[in-house]
Amino acid sequence: MSFSPTSAPLISLRGVRKSFGHLEVLRGIDMDIRKGEVVAIIGPSGSGKSTILRTINGLTPINEGSIRVGDIEVSDPKLDKVKLRHRVGMVFQQYNLFPHRTVLQNVAMAPIQVLKERREQVEERARRLLAEMRLPDKADAYPGELSGGQQQRVAIARALCMEPEVILFDEVTAALDPEMVKEVLAAVRKVAEGGVTCILVTHEMGFAREAADHIYFTDRGVIVEHAAPQVFFTEASDPRTKEFLSKVL
Amino acid sequence: MIGDIQAFFRDLSTSGINLTIFYDAFDFGRFVTGLGYTLLLIALSGFFSILIGAFGAAVLSLGRGPAAAIIGGYVALFRNTPLIVQMYFFYFAIGSIMPVMRNEIGLAQPLIGGLAWAVISLSLYSGAFNVETFRAGVGAVHRSYEEAALALGYTPRQAFFSVTAPLALRFSFASLANNLVDLTKATTVAYAVGVTELLYVSNQIWSDSLNTIEMMNVILVIYLVLTGLVVFLINRVEAAMRLPGFGAGGAS
Repeated sequence: MSFSPTSAPLISLRGVRKSFGHLEVLRGIDMDIRKGEVVAIIGPSGSGKSTILRTINGLTPINEGSIRVGDIEVSDPKLDKVKLRHRVGMVFQQYNLFPHRTVLQNVAMAPIQVLKERREQVEERARRLLAEMRLPDKADAYPGELSGGQQQRVAIARALCMEPEVILFDEVTAALDPEMVKEVLAAVRKVAEGGVTCILVTHEMGFAREAADHIYFTDRGVIVEHAAPQVFFTEASDPRTKEFLSKVL
Repeated sequence: MIGDIQAFFRDLSTSGINLTIFYDAFDFGRFVTGLGYTLLLIALSGFFSILIGAFGAAVLSLGRGPAAAIIGGYVALFRNTPLIVQMYFFYFAIGSIMPVMRNEIGLAQPLIGGLAWAVISLSLYSGAFNVETFRAGVGAVHRSYEEAALALGYTPRQAFFSVTAPLALRFSFASLANNLVDLTKATTVAYAVGVTELLYVSNQIWSDSLNTIEMMNVILVIYLVLTGLVVFLINRVEAAMRLPGFGAGGAS
């Protein structure tokens, strides 16, 4: 790891609370994530993992607390969303590629339309990213013609094409057949190795263990445990963590 | 060739089936004029009603304020009152307070004539249905597509026009075909404000030639063909815009 542990965090959450109606899904979340780190958030379903991710790029507005990404205050009502989402990309469980656009258009359209970059320049970058994702010959295919694993790799290329500092991965392998999980995890690893800060919500314990720098364990809207993976998986102290790990490992 | 056809139908008339439009040049001319006006009404009203529907659905999807309330009121008014009442209202109530021009020989000529009022009326009537058709299409598009666009920095408006609307259109075709078929049939109401469309000229023809039953059959066949063409056209557009793995007939 090249980061210095004393450097200021790139992303920090303080006392983040979020309710949907009467249901409080986040009940005071604190996190600090430094540049270049790979962070895995794990926990039982309904524990608020995905909601944490969605608050970081402002898709889900929070009720209380504060979220900072670099110098951007996410809960600021005058938030520049384009600036935030330029820095923070997201990859979804169901890929969410645009079915009416080709693979190349999916990857290139946001930098062209949102960041107003030159088309040729963006498309060149998009083709390079597709090659890195081992999809060089799929540029003119439509998403519906690809397998789930291929679609998810396109979605990763689409997020990368915005040249973000951070990418949020929301259970990106949960909808995939087992044989496709590997290829997508390899792609995620490549992103992490490229220096992009990665925050993953995942059920892939093996991947979290070997790829993550930090593991956060959430349950019922709070962070129960936060540790380095080797510590987390072997010396978990909280009974809820132990119970969860005994079920999934 | 044409002579043979005319001779055939003239012979046929002696056996009791009197289709004057196929052998009498004057009736044929009137009939073609009527068909032309019907096609014009379908094309213009269809075009404008789709524009109105798309605009209304966009307003309803993007806004909540007074603009959306106005669209809601418009849909309620035009969907829930009879077309012929609306057309009379435009032609007689609004038409009577519109300025009247003089034509080149000095006769009174309204600024907006029967044809224009019929197009306006049909467009607004059919447009109200199209608003609901496109709104349903927007509702059928899963929100996750919009979210993906928002996560890429699109504004809600950009996301609507770049992602949601093109997908919504593909969910709208079946219902849109219904509305356009209905519009095709509804053009006959323009008869009431004196547009010389198919029903109007057919009435003239059967009044002169006393061949009501024959002309009724001709009209039925013509409208069957016209609605068939409209459906064919919509189906072709729908097929051309079909996406792999999306919408009816596809996975996910």
